[in-house]
Amino acid sequence: MQVSENHQRYWQKNLRITGILLFIWFVVTYVVGYYARDLNFTFFGWPFSFWMGAQGALIIYCVIIWYYARYMGKLDQEHGVAEEE
Amino acid sequence: MAGMTFDHGSGYSAADKAAFKKQLNKVYGWYTGGFIIFIIVLAIAEQMGLGRAAIGLIFLLATVALYAGIGVMSRTNDASEYYVAGRRVPAIYNGMATGADWMSGASFVGMAGTLYLTGYSGLAFIMGWTGGYCLVALFLAPYLRKFGQFTIPDFLGARYDGNLVRMLGILAAILCSFTYVVAQIYAVGLITTRLSGLSFDIGVFVGLGGILVCSFLGGMRAVTWTQVAQYIILIIAYLLPVVWLSVKQTGVPIPQAVYGFQLEKVTAQEKKLIDDPKEKEVIAIFKKQADDLGAKLKDPKAALAADREAAQKKVDDLKAGNSPVAEVQAAEKSLAALPKDEEAAKKAWTAAKTAAEGRAKPLAGMPRHAAQYAGDPKGDAAAQKAFDTSRRNFLALVFCLMVGTAALPHILMRYYTTPSVREARESVTWSLFFIFLLYFTAPALAVLVKYEVFSVLVGTPFDKLPGWISQWSRVDPGLLSVVDINKDGIFQLGEMKIGGDIIVLATPEIGGLPYVISGMVAAGGLAAALSTADGLLLTIANALSHDLYYKMIDPNAPTARRVMISKMLLLVVAVLAAMVAAQKPADILFLVSAAFSFAAAAFFPVLTLGIFWKRANKWGAALGMALGLGITFYYMATTQPWLRGVFGVTSSVADNTWWGISPISAGLFGVPLGFVAIIVVSLLTPAPKPEVQELVEHVRYPNLKAA
Repeated sequence: MQVSENHQRYWQKNLRITGILLFIWFVVTYVVGYYARDLNFTFFGWPFSFWMGAQGALIIYCVIIWYYARYMGKLDQEHGVAEEE
Repeated sequence: MAGMTFDHGSGYSAADKAAFKKQLNKVYGWYTGGFIIFIIVLAIAEQMGLGRAAIGLIFLLATVALYAGIGVMSRTNDASEYYVAGRRVPAIYNGMATGADWMSGASFVGMAGTLYLTGYSGLAFIMGWTGGYCLVALFLAPYLRKFGQFTIPDFLGARYDGNLVRMLGILAAILCSFTYVVAQIYAVGLITTRLSGLSFDIGVFVGLGGILVCSFLGGMRAVTWTQVAQYIILIIAYLLPVVWLSVKQTGVPIPQAVYGFQLEKVTAQEKKLIDDPKEKEVIAIFKKQADDLGAKLKDPKAALAADREAAQKKVDDLKAGNSPVAEVQAAEKSLAALPKDEEAAKKAWTAAKTAAEGRAKPLAGMPRHAAQYAGDPKGDAAAQKAFDTSRRNFLALVFCLMVGTAALPHILMRYYTTPSVREARESVTWSLFFIFLLYFTAPALAVLVKYEVFSVLVGTPFDKLPGWISQWSRVDPGLLSVVDINKDGIFQLGEMKIGGDIIVLATPEIGGLPYVISGMVAAGGLAAALSTADGLLLTIANALSHDLYYKMIDPNAPTARRVMISKMLLLVVAVLAAMVAAQKPADILFLVSAAFSFAAAAFFPVLTLGIFWKRANKWGAALGMALGLGITFYYMATTQPWLRGVFGVTSSVADNTWWGISPISAGLFGVPLGFVAIIVVSLLTPAPKPEVQELVEHVRYPNLKAA
């Protein structure tokens, strides 16, 4: 079937949020990882980059996925592509 | 567990779904309560004199019977129930099942140990095995759910128009899953042995029985509900001892929140231990051992002759001097224990030399716990190089584990089981949340145990060491051995040899908890290994029965026969895997990590481009998978010691290594090559058929209708 303009807008928005969240994922994982030795200041007892690897990154991953599910749930509704219950 | 039933009508409305979820909450609520009561009853029985062996056996039988019971209650012959649990698993329960499916025996038993031994470097596993779920959520789960078939090769076959790519998918799925399942069954054998005292081979087959009753009778449906039950056991078993240890050390019952301060103390203690003269004494002794062995290795033949002569002389002297029989026997034994010939001597001495060199280092060879990477970026050239290589390998490993996570078929398959695309997305959130609970506890456990060792054990006289040390070194000297090397009667860190697997298993005893908790931890490890094995076996059997037999050989096969064949194959694969595991193959851990690189290179490019790039076609996909897998395999075969031996590679490792990347991260080369190959080849060959392009549109929108 033909994909309408509405569908294209939906897909563009999906790609945009995917890109943004992927960027955050990248920074948290690889940028912090790359500069781990420099991000060595104390954070509640942990060296900051150690804490990021052991807890911070994990929390941010959870938030990324949670936010994506919520955002896409709303986007489905707005663009009329949500599944019928 | 009476009254537990997973039967429900075929049509399901929102009200049905809510009622089903409510029923599940009730069943698993009672189940959790029942498990806790079971532990309490056993604890009371232990106080009244129930022996350790009995406790272990009760745990083993009770949990395996429980899993088998769920399997019997969920038995089915319906294809949709068998392959995807009827697609009505609520997001939160699919999350728990994925968590159990995901966390293998090695995650449960070995992860904290790896962190204990390697400090910051071990965090690559923590980040890699959680961050991969971001890729699952953003790139794969919702689209695969919308596609809505039964397996991953199914998607490849439909998207890439035909059997070529489907076949490659089947092969890659079996390659990744089989090595992985062997490792799980091996872990099952080890844990049952420890729990019950049965021999390893019998342990393997008892565990196998538990796996089979479940997946054989009820397929994905039984596996799902068992995995939820297993998750509940494994998470309670993991968290409870760590919380206890934290209360003991800090007075706070949330170890994850406070172990930063323990880490500070560990770091301070490390500085002291590195400069401690007694520790240096131990290191010097090991260094001398290594040097002596090095000297012997220069001329093994003469050294062996000299050793033999000296041992013979001692026997003769003792005999001539009328020494006690025991002394003579001991001398004769040590004479007999000498290597048989020059080859054997060389091998034994080289191994001993490596071991001694490994222990002739500060902190018993462990890096400082909080130090990010080896070497020093501001130091001399060698230190800079060490720093760069160590950082590069860390990031490469994180990459491979993440992409591999997002490409393992047994995990992706789980997202076919949710009722809707929306719930598939939510289900990834729950999956990661439940995995997170264990993974952010493991680094805390590692630090707490290290604190215990550094501050309580080091400096204690040998006759006052806590009981768990002698108990565990009796169980398995490979896991823990403590010898007074410098004969001062005081415990030094360098005098302990510790294996990673002991950290989790011994935590209850380190914390001073009763034996019933140790039994529970072992049962948790068993649950982790069994649940992963279930999921993997199902993946292999489905790839063969659904994709190979039904889709490629006999498309007219009736449903009942397809399910029957799948069950038969499951049995065959399980027995094969158990036979391989019973051989105790070497380098099993390497094979597991290799599975991630293979999955990453084979599946990730082809799946994501299949969804996000309509132009990707069959030829690109086939070549991309083949090249990605090929280069990954080539790199491993030329740089990993065991594989080099298998394939008879003789050129030097250094020549074959690219940018110092270790073989475990070979996917780092396979994934980009896969992407490039798919793009280039697709552009050089005709675009896919309109039907295929429509399929891509179809998976992109949860509900595609004319607006």
